Amino acid sequence: MEVLQAIAAHYNHWITIFLMVAGLYVVVARGNMIKKLIGLSLFQTSVYLLYISPGKILGGTAPIIDPSIEVYSNPLPHVLILTAIVVGVATLALGLGLVVRINEVYGSIEEDEIFTREDDDE
Amino acid sequence: MESFINMILLTLLAVVTLGVVRLRNLFAVVILGGIYSFLMASVLIVLDAVDVSMTEASVGAGISTVLMLTVLYMTRVEEAKPVHTPILPLFVAGVTGAVLVYGTWGLPAFGLSDTPINTHVGMRYMELSVPDTGIPNVVTSVLASYRGFDTLGETTVVFTAGIGVLLLLRRGVSLARLRRKQQEEEKPS
Amino acid sequence: MRLDVVLRVVTKLMLPFMLVFAIYVQFHGDYGPGGGFQAGVIAAAALILYALMFGLSAAMRVVPTWLVEKMIPIGVMIYAGTGVVSMFLHENFLDYDALNHHSHVHAQEWGVFIVEVGVFVTVSSTMIAIFYAFGGRGR
Repeated sequence: MEVLQAIAAHYNHWITIFLMVAGLYVVVARGNMIKKLIGLSLFQTSVYLLYISPGKILGGTAPIIDPSIEVYSNPLPHVLILTAIVVGVATLALGLGLVVRINEVYGSIEEDEIFTREDDDE
Repeated sequence: MESFINMILLTLLAVVTLGVVRLRNLFAVVILGGIYSFLMASVLIVLDAVDVSMTEASVGAGISTVLMLTVLYMTRVEEAKPVHTPILPLFVAGVTGAVLVYGTWGLPAFGLSDTPINTHVGMRYMELSVPDTGIPNVVTSVLASYRGFDTLGETTVVFTAGIGVLLLLRRGVSLARLRRKQQEEEKPS
Repeated sequence: MRLDVVLRVVTKLMLPFMLVFAIYVQFHGDYGPGGGFQAGVIAAAALILYALMFGLSAAMRVVPTWLVEKMIPIGVMIYAGTGVVSMFLHENFLDYDALNHHSHVHAQEWGVFIVEVGVFVTVSSTMIAIFYAFGGRGR
């Protein structure tokens, strides 16, 4: 039982770390640029969890004030992450725009193919 | 019970992530990304972040999936086979993960109310919001009033990113089309 | 018979509800989950759905490109302008108390309302502009 409690106490952290590491792996290991951007957004969503999880209070409810409720979760991380999501999609769109332009010039979105083409041109 | 639902949803999230990392068909990856976003939205509801959950469901599963599909339509759906062995990236990711997991033992447990994050400014907003602004949804009052500067900055970032995309994509003939046209003109002569 | 007739009819049925939901999320943000960011994205999603079903040019007839591109900076200007107005009324930048000298609470509510409108305008038009840019490139 104690083991289960210890797992429950840190499970959110571990999943956050797993998502973060998976994103890092995709960004480093894969050459496809769209896949890299997806890895980047995996990394980004792990940050949402990192912020929101510690603000949760068990038995609490969403931070909308009502006289009949006493325990609320922490609203501050919600504010920070709310804006981060919208900014995240805007920057993702910027990255995708770059991918489209690269594809138009090189005819490929694979890093290795682009590098070999660059070497051929020289 | 809350904790239990939270753990199940997080496990599903991890499984979907494995699929996203392993699959090479980008179309499947993008659709899995949509599922991932909806799962993330559910997790956020369990964690009481209703505003964030709403944003994640509409932005992550809606807008970014549509954008990704549009780009896939213009490029290629199948990812090329990896040229390098993934041993070094796996090693880097594994070591980073191990160090971070070691660090979690020093963090406070999930769901407690007496942790540093839950005893300072965040909870103060809960008490002040209605007397100060008359707004019951504390997330809105903090977003637009207490931390209005922050949100002004974020709005400016969205504006800048939008301008960037327009500069990259909107006007002008694409270079590739120009090059193709040049080649076609050269061929007959 | 075209196979996508069901999709087209359902889209036309759903669009008004999506737009009303966006307005609801925008103006009910003080009392429930929601606000300018979410409402902007939902409104943009409604137009993107329309563009996906009926073509980009049909969507551009409803919301022309020039309008979208003007709205992106206008939203930021509404937001920053609120701050400048409160400065001219002898308060700090973005201190909404300046907007109504009789009631502190009403001043804050007005400030939050105007600022959220600014956020809505910028976010919705940015999302639409980004979609137009990508869609226009694909043709």
